[in-house]
Amino acid sequence: MANKLIKQMALPNSIANIFTARNIITAKDALSLTEFELMERLDVGMAEVKFAMAHISEVVCPPCQTALLLMEQRVRNERSAGHLPTRLRGLDEALCGGIPFGVVTELVGPAGIGKTQFCLKLSLLASLPANCGGLDGRVIYIDVESKFSSRRLVEIGIESFPEIFLKKGMAQEMAGRIVILRPTSLSEFTESLHHVQVSLLQKQVKLLVIDSMAALVLGEHECGASRQQALGWHVSFIKSLAEFSRIPIVVTNQVRSQIGDEPLTYSFQARSHSIKREDPAAYDSHLVAALGINWAHAVTIRLVLEARSGQRLIKLAKSPISPPLAFPFNITSSGLVLLDDDGIEMKGSEINTIHCQGQNALFNSEW
Amino acid sequence: MEVGMLPISASKRGKLLAAGYTTLHSISRASPSHLATDIGVSEDEACEILKYASQTSALDPSIGSSNASTLEGGQTAWTMLNEEKFATRITTSCADLDNILGGGITCKEVTELGGVPGIGKTQIGIQLAVNVQIPPEYGGLGGKAIYIDTEGSFMVERVLQIAEACIEDMSEYSHHFHNTVQDCEVKLHPNGILENIFYFRVCSYTEQIALVNYLDKFIEEHKDVKIIILDSVTFHFRQDFDDMALRTRLLSEMALKLMKLARKFCLAVVLLNQVTTKYIEGSYQLTLALGDSWSHSCTNRIVLFWNGDERHAYIDKSPSLKSASAAYSVTTRGIRNSNSSCKRIKMV
Repeated sequence: MANKLIKQMALPNSIANIFTARNIITAKDALSLTEFELMERLDVGMAEVKFAMAHISEVVCPPCQTALLLMEQRVRNERSAGHLPTRLRGLDEALCGGIPFGVVTELVGPAGIGKTQFCLKLSLLASLPANCGGLDGRVIYIDVESKFSSRRLVEIGIESFPEIFLKKGMAQEMAGRIVILRPTSLSEFTESLHHVQVSLLQKQVKLLVIDSMAALVLGEHECGASRQQALGWHVSFIKSLAEFSRIPIVVTNQVRSQIGDEPLTYSFQARSHSIKREDPAAYDSHLVAALGINWAHAVTIRLVLEARSGQRLIKLAKSPISPPLAFPFNITSSGLVLLDDDGIEMKGSEINTIHCQGQNALFNSEW
Repeated sequence: MEVGMLPISASKRGKLLAAGYTTLHSISRASPSHLATDIGVSEDEACEILKYASQTSALDPSIGSSNASTLEGGQTAWTMLNEEKFATRITTSCADLDNILGGGITCKEVTELGGVPGIGKTQIGIQLAVNVQIPPEYGGLGGKAIYIDTEGSFMVERVLQIAEACIEDMSEYSHHFHNTVQDCEVKLHPNGILENIFYFRVCSYTEQIALVNYLDKFIEEHKDVKIIILDSVTFHFRQDFDDMALRTRLLSEMALKLMKLARKFCLAVVLLNQVTTKYIEGSYQLTLALGDSWSHSCTNRIVLFWNGDERHAYIDKSPSLKSASAAYSVTTRGIRNSNSSCKRIKMV
């Protein structure tokens, strides 16, 4: 839209020619200048500039829809009104049906907590036929750290849906719907994203998983600011992919230790009553999500997976449609299993914190 | 130079200066034909220049001899006071928040709301988009809303939840105050509320600027729009923008246009902003994004932050409201008062 040529916008010839003569070819060129600058550059009066800009703006402007129309479209065209059910009852209820289409859902947590396991289960669910509650489509799995295990995928399939997987040839068909890409650098990842965009238009891709986003960037750059900038284009691209193709995109993220133990505050907040944790044991487990605050703003839904005193929890840290609930879970041979479907409501900013206590207990658990 | 104030093209201005017309007074004394031959333009163009010159000089008190109260385009402070007293406000559904705002989000002004991810900016935006539609019988404006979504955070399921809760609250209110069954019935339906929210999805800063330009025409055709919510103004201006000076110019022009829309159509403009960290006075602090120049652009600025386990709103900048903070909470029914026992409003 922004790259539309001005001469194709049905402006009166006189003004269209002036734009071309001054090297303002696309709508983006014109809209990147203020009205005064345009007046100077095109050497015309304010009235003509306003008229031309009003016309160009109307052409470039996105279409208007009402919220009612959006809802009706989703209810009519999409499964479960635009959600991928995770088969974890408590989580599905909190998310109004499951992982929503059209937005980016992030899974963040310390190593070994179960993010990749969850992604494997979701890939399976998306490939299942519709009569079993799946999306009956293909899945693209971008596996940066080479963690994808087909053996484990089939094991989850057989344990969770024995009636499908033990049938002859079904395991092959389901596993055949999941395509794995293994980019090893940021530039290869960019290329993969372009391939994904093409696939989305041609084939029946119903889910995109990126495991993990942090690994791509942390290897490349050194300091924080350029790391965030490097991802800037990718973030917008992934979000627009999700929206235009109306598929869910699940991204995993790592954690890093917090620099300093005080939370960041605004200038008007008095420093004296900032919450200072006196307990030294808390320093070890003071973790935050990687990729910075820009990334945190960009994701729509953030699921935090953490371990507290040996109990694993999955928390709805950021979600416009859910209350701040935490569900205890375990990992079994059939993937993630919730121990309590009602969830524990977390007050305040506790929903955002990430703990990794009871480390040894993680490796001694069932699976 | 005064001639520089005229909204005419650079070449015409150059010709005026070359012919010796440096002040507006000198231009207005000339006749159109005289001016035309002097500077080498057609008579029509000369008439246009004279028209601009007389308009501009009417606004400048040092030139004109007109009375202060009949200045073109001006208003006296007294008339403005009467207007401000009856200025309409849109409730946020949280009584504490409404109190520090003087009743709610004010129409005819641009209000900026900023905070960390997950604090409730989109929630407040959606609540306002629903509350603007409360009919006048229940103390609202009965208007429509424009929701401009730059990040894809507008989730229809949530709008439905908030709309249903709003209608339930209105029915409860009418049960208390009205006697006949007819009066009790609220004529709104959640689908009706969804229908009155005009949704635009913007995917680049070019589209954002184009949309703000187009809103003038759109609102002319939909005069009952009473609020514009931009969620968020930051997103597209944060990703790969190399020329910071250009960004500042584009943002200030956009803010001015929005202010103009707010005044012209008597509606409220709410801009949602993100946060960033800044190195001030020896340590890193949180501050709203888009830089220092942007912080001057909006009329009112409210910062949403975590205070312990509670969400608070703090009035960071406002020409008429006192600096205060109030607690609010985000519930399944939308934005409501916080449940804490300590509900006093802290005056800073």
